[in-house]
Amino acid sequence: MNIENVINELGLQVFAGADKTGRQVKGAYVSDLLSDVMGKAREGELWITMQTHKNIIAVASLKDLSAILIVNGGRPEEETIVAAEREGVILLGTGDRSFSTCGKLYKMMERDALV
Amino acid sequence: MKDMKFEYPLEGGDFIKAGYASSSLKKILNQLNLDPDLVRRIAVATYEAEVNVVAHAFRGIMKVLVSPERILIRVEDEGPGIPDIGKAMQEGYSTASDRVREMGFGAGMGLSNIKKNTDKLEIHSELNKGTVLEMTTLIKG
Repeated sequence: MNIENVINELGLQVFAGADKTGRQVKGAYVSDLLSDVMGKAREGELWITMQTHKNIIAVASLKDLSAILIVNGGRPEEETIVAAEREGVILLGTGDRSFSTCGKLYKMMERDALV
Repeated sequence: MKDMKFEYPLEGGDFIKAGYASSSLKKILNQLNLDPDLVRRIAVATYEAEVNVVAHAFRGIMKVLVSPERILIRVEDEGPGIPDIGKAMQEGYSTASDRVREMGFGAGMGLSNIKKNTDKLEIHSELNKGTVLEMTTLIKG
């Protein structure tokens, strides 16, 4: 499963990294606490959060996460988008809430035997 | 491989630049063809140390020594110091401000993340003076 598949199936908005959506997705992690993500998320996972500030880009980049998905219709700040493009981080958005987003993603991943 | 030294200045309160030192170091370590998992563990440890300086101290410096057997990272800061290191090591304990917590920092996991991602961690702290963190990561060849 790659990011492109997730964007299409969940109807996501792409804020940054539109040229990198062929990247593989190995799983997902949900959290709004940055240290929790630093400690527990694994390489290649998609990170679901409501945080929109610039620091999420460093976290995703340092952990080699496949993308960040901002839920609840949150819009990343302009400097977040600039940092994402610079660091090669894919930044996505949805108007959906975390729970339904995770549910849909879980079903997708079940189909691909990723969970 | 010869020993290599790098230094990164850190600014207290500057959340815009938080992560810059760790990202710069990670790029260098990746170029050295080290194991990606080892590089990621160092990235976690340095990021947490960097954020601690930004969230709690006035200023600091990250000094990195890369040698063939190990990577030694020393983060020194001028700041309030840690009154109770034992408590600070406990997961969930944090003295971060509300502003910092709203950004998703201050979960009280920083030091334990550093401990889990390094082979050795030493902390020296003096109240109203500052804190020194020394983290060692062994390179298994």
